[in-house]
Amino acid sequence: MAATLSPPRILPSGDSAITVEFSHNIDDAANQRVLALDRTLANEPVAGITETVPTYRSLLVHYDPVVIDFDTLGEQIVALAQRPVPPASKTRRWRIPVVYGGEHGVDLEDVAKSLQTTPDDLVARHVAGDYRVAMIGFTPGWSYLSGLEKFLHMPRRQNPRLLTPAGTISIGGVQTGVQCLAGPSGWHLLGRTAVRTYLLHRDPIFLLEPGDRVKFSPVDAKTFAEQDRAAANGEIVAELMAS
Amino acid sequence: MSKLVVSTIGPASSVQDGGRHGAQRYGLTPSGAMDPLALAAANTLAGNTAFAAAIEIGPFGAAFTAREGAVRVALSGTPRSADIAGRAVASDTSMTLSDGETLTLGFARGGAFSYLAIEGGIAGEPMFGSLAVNARAGLGSPYPRPLQAGDELQTQIASGTPERRIELPPIVDGPIRVVWGPQDDEFGEEAKALFLESEWKISATSDRMGYRLEGPVIKHLHGHNIVSDGTVNGSIQVPGNGAPIVLMPDRGTSGGYPKIATSITADLGRFAQTPAGKAFRFKAVSMADAQGEARKFAKLLRSLPDRLRAVENFDLNIEALRDANVAGSAVSAIDARTWQAPSADALAQD
Repeated sequence: MAATLSPPRILPSGDSAITVEFSHNIDDAANQRVLALDRTLANEPVAGITETVPTYRSLLVHYDPVVIDFDTLGEQIVALAQRPVPPASKTRRWRIPVVYGGEHGVDLEDVAKSLQTTPDDLVARHVAGDYRVAMIGFTPGWSYLSGLEKFLHMPRRQNPRLLTPAGTISIGGVQTGVQCLAGPSGWHLLGRTAVRTYLLHRDPIFLLEPGDRVKFSPVDAKTFAEQDRAAANGEIVAELMAS
Repeated sequence: MSKLVVSTIGPASSVQDGGRHGAQRYGLTPSGAMDPLALAAANTLAGNTAFAAAIEIGPFGAAFTAREGAVRVALSGTPRSADIAGRAVASDTSMTLSDGETLTLGFARGGAFSYLAIEGGIAGEPMFGSLAVNARAGLGSPYPRPLQAGDELQTQIASGTPERRIELPPIVDGPIRVVWGPQDDEFGEEAKALFLESEWKISATSDRMGYRLEGPVIKHLHGHNIVSDGTVNGSIQVPGNGAPIVLMPDRGTSGGYPKIATSITADLGRFAQTPAGKAFRFKAVSMADAQGEARKFAKLLRSLPDRLRAVENFDLNIEALRDANVAGSAVSAIDARTWQAPSADALAQD
């Protein structure tokens, strides 16, 4: 049996939320514990908890202080978080098509240059990765993936861009990500996917869940354009692989 | 069905309610009213549930016209001049617009947001149980964007219920109370003391995502990059330039700047109403005190139906006259608030 796990830090986020912090850094083991605690609280609801939000290293637990106070909830969470991490049942594995480089990934050449490799090698390395959705946040569907190989770790841009396209696939720091909506970003843009991780009036509205596995597969610009039309009409375009 | 037509309206005005909860794990922020108590008061006056959808009206003036029948509405929040066909009406009361009549509202006085609730609510298609506008996510109904002149809100024909006023406790003009954390350990004692001892002002580049503060530079102990974690309404994050930003209902669901403190729930609405340029302070309180205040605030919200009073003509006229007189002379700093788009620095993740 696993040894007793270290207790997380219970940090106050105001009077109605607790940040349950498992690590100060981006840490795969900590992220697994975040997701495990999230599952535990979903399976064994604690009265007063209204919503949970997994992030890389912590679980944000929203609660109603009329129902339960900070100290009581904190103690319960610490106890639940020290249970051995149960294996995630039925992990979903997605294959997400990406058109790399050119107008769709304007930073590909520059990133390759600064890593002293070729754009083709950069794409091959990015495609080879087996990623996990560590968290979804910032804007709807923005999926942060862990598992980026060390060679591709890069500081973020000095000057964040105000507007980057919907479906952008980018790298920043030790992470890679799938951005759903057009918006600001300080990451390096490698390509685009037609996959909408968030689309209103589609079932499901949100495609990816924290904990899902993701692989990328390169497609050409023509295929991207076709997939983009289909995806706008509610097709999922991403492929669910047999696990 | 009758409808309320937006005749004129300024920026930062949109349909809001109690917010959209349960999808922050997908990056979807709750949105919802900036001042929940004022929303609840307006809705209670209009005979609606406390957090039904209503019109959140920003600092500028607005006018609304009833069409295809009478419409009963109620106004609460920051005071502003209000009249129907030249008759002055008071804040914190309900009122009925006959078919074709127009309610004209002036600038916000001493605050930022007012709420116009409509009896019977606003017809729309809820998403995650809410009509609240979240323009960036394309959410909100009947219009997934701030309101514009010409917009039409469908509602029920006025019931003829006698008008009411609501007695709200006076607003205390004290400091905004906070609890430290979750990342106050990223700041030294000096920075924390400076945060509490300084006068702050809200920058004109504030919006429903966040209020940027003007004051001294709050220095980090170990730099300004932390691994992104979750945010709440009232999180006070300190980016690289040392100028704190208080996160509001349209915030990103996660952020990568250290959060020195968090506004207590009971003070969020009062903080949202702080006019640009007005000096204010923060005060740190214990978790026990903050949660005690949160429970009192929840009790106040529950008590709103018991605070309704019949409107005597005398009351209404005195109130309305007082409002009308003040309206003529007061032009507060809020009028100059510009509501610009936030910069890339504030928006970029991590």
